Amino acid sequence: MKRKIIALCFVFSSLTWTTLLGQGSISGNLETVYQYLVSDSAINALQPDEESLINSYMNINYRNQGFKAGVRFEAYMPRILGYPDRFDGAGLGYRYFGYENDLVDITVGNFYEQFGSGLIFRAYEDRALGFDNMMNGIKVNLRPYKGVTLKTVYGRQRFSFVDGKNNYAPGIVRGVDLEFNLNEWFPKLSEKKWRITAAGSFVSKYQEDKNTQYVLPENTGSYGGRLELAYKKFFLNGEYIIKEQDPSQDNAFIYNYGKGILINAGYSQKGLGVLLSAKSIDNMSFRSDRNATLQDVTVGFIPPLTKTHTYNLVATLYPYASQPNGEVAFQADVIYKIKRGSKLGGKYGTDVSLNYSTAYEPLKRTAGISANDSTRVAYESRLFDKSDLLYWRDINVQIKRKLNKKWTLKLNYFNISMNNDVLKLTNEKGIIESHIGVLDVEYKINRKHTVRAELQGLWTVNNKDRGDWATAIVEYTISPDWFFSAIFQSNYGNPIAEDRINYPMIFVGKIWGATRLQAGYGRQNAGLFCVGGVCRFVPASNGLTVTFSHSF
Amino acid sequence: MYMMKTTFISVLAAFFLMTTIVYSQDEEKTLLDKKVPDVQLKNTEGETVHTGSLENDGKPIIISFWATWCTPCKKELNTINDMYIDWQDETGVRLVAVSIDDERTKNRVVPYVDSKSWEYQVLLDPNGELKRAMGVNNVPHTFLIDGEGNIVYSHNNYAPGDEYELYDKILELTESSDE
Repeated sequence: MKRKIIALCFVFSSLTWTTLLGQGSISGNLETVYQYLVSDSAINALQPDEESLINSYMNINYRNQGFKAGVRFEAYMPRILGYPDRFDGAGLGYRYFGYENDLVDITVGNFYEQFGSGLIFRAYEDRALGFDNMMNGIKVNLRPYKGVTLKTVYGRQRFSFVDGKNNYAPGIVRGVDLEFNLNEWFPKLSEKKWRITAAGSFVSKYQEDKNTQYVLPENTGSYGGRLELAYKKFFLNGEYIIKEQDPSQDNAFIYNYGKGILINAGYSQKGLGVLLSAKSIDNMSFRSDRNATLQDVTVGFIPPLTKTHTYNLVATLYPYASQPNGEVAFQADVIYKIKRGSKLGGKYGTDVSLNYSTAYEPLKRTAGISANDSTRVAYESRLFDKSDLLYWRDINVQIKRKLNKKWTLKLNYFNISMNNDVLKLTNEKGIIESHIGVLDVEYKINRKHTVRAELQGLWTVNNKDRGDWATAIVEYTISPDWFFSAIFQSNYGNPIAEDRINYPMIFVGKIWGATRLQAGYGRQNAGLFCVGGVCRFVPASNGLTVTFSHSF
Repeated sequence: MYMMKTTFISVLAAFFLMTTIVYSQDEEKTLLDKKVPDVQLKNTEGETVHTGSLENDGKPIIISFWATWCTPCKKELNTINDMYIDWQDETGVRLVAVSIDDERTKNRVVPYVDSKSWEYQVLLDPNGELKRAMGVNNVPHTFLIDGEGNIVYSHNNYAPGDEYELYDKILELTESSDE
């Protein structure tokens, strides 16, 4: 039977494909990360039994007019160091068929999608982190009328990839999002420089109740709306989401409703950009499996309100991650260009950027509430009602100035306070405050050759946690195809003498258009590797890492 | 589940077989000669843009994937911005900057772009739809599209000086179309 089906499919598809292929097109990419690791007693790194590790991916997308289809092959043989342990084997990790025209966009199989800010629903992939909560099911998006977009999703989320096969979460996720672009209806708005978009979303999950202790709601709904306003160069947008009773591992099986709000306001003109953001989150962990932990099967995405830092010491030692159980956070961001030719600005002008972000514990009022009564409502809370307990504060400034045709200089200062009782990055107790300075110098030797160097220092207040760090980086690039760099990191100020470890590494890379090969060798510090507020811990290692990527 | 997999495998098998046939039949047009896939993205004004119908009057288009947190991306786009007027005068090229910032940093895009006075068309791809469709692994990734909408060159990385290579490719396109 199976063979017959295969044969039939083969003949059918052969005929179809021959006629169609002439017009269609294929695109995709390939990425491979290979590691050869050795033991290193100074950093407690052990060589894995296999000695070498590899992650590989290949995406193939086919499009022909409205028709689309695609697959992704994945291989973990075994997975690279620090990658989540729910990935092994080789096989098909993602596949879909779809059709799209001006009215409909249908996808069957695996898909990614986002409603609004993602607070209520976001299925996405971040391969570097091993994060992939893609859906398996059906997605139908409709544009029935000008300015109206309807999105619907139905399916289950990917939980793991074991023996080369996807495993999906037990819960079913259903969602709908309806958006109106009012400018399409009222052209006068655009004439008067207004832009208005309004939208509403509803997402619900179903998971069977197998719990013997509580009567759990099998269906949990979540709903909310968002509004985007802009007038000339001002903008204001916000989203408010309510989540119904959703007792879970994350919230210790309480029956509180959850709520979350995100607000952004901005203004910009030539040479100046200002952004103010605020966020209040309470009991908003939303997963398609109530027993899931870590970064597994999240339905909603809670963006952290902090700047994404890129300098090594700033990004890896004390990063912030969103607190789904509750946080009240604010951020201000200013980008300013001091005019060229002015006394302060110099010949080319000077770029200044300031950023301030902070997060606090939300206030949970328990007066008059008995935590153990049959309602299991544990506390009362209000939006933006915060306690004095600091989770996070980051004040940073960057000044960039091009001195002449050859030299560009960047100066950076960061002051970061992180509550380690909440974020638990190391064993240290309380708030770890650090001062970080970075000097970044670029020298253009000629049109194609450039040298760049960074000098970074991190000093913790009262020598807390692991004390002081320094990093030096030298990078040499030959446009358009070569780069070489050396990095030396040292924990020279660690209060424990034998932990004053140095981490030297060298990298070399070659680029051929859309193909890139990079090799790095040396000792790498343990650290949190974070993208978009989701983090993965990578243990210390010593060895060779080769990365190959290609797009076609 | 199992059925689905076998179907997929057979379709794929057929697919690759046919690819070779098509290659041998038609040497002019191959599967990898491709255009920009059509994905609906929003621009910074909140309007929907069909990426498949981006056009520039028969002149080349640069599509550059970037993010506000990506230092080399910003370096590349700021460098090109300084030369953009000359590039436009000489070749008529247009640059479309596709931001892959997600919700964490998406609201930074407009203040950043305005403060740097970029003259580019900026599109937002917060959930990576065009990024996936165009096979982009990481940013910066820059594509060059010829006057007929074909992707003729792409480069993944930025080092100072790469803008000259890109401009040489643009000149090759405009000079060959002048002949």
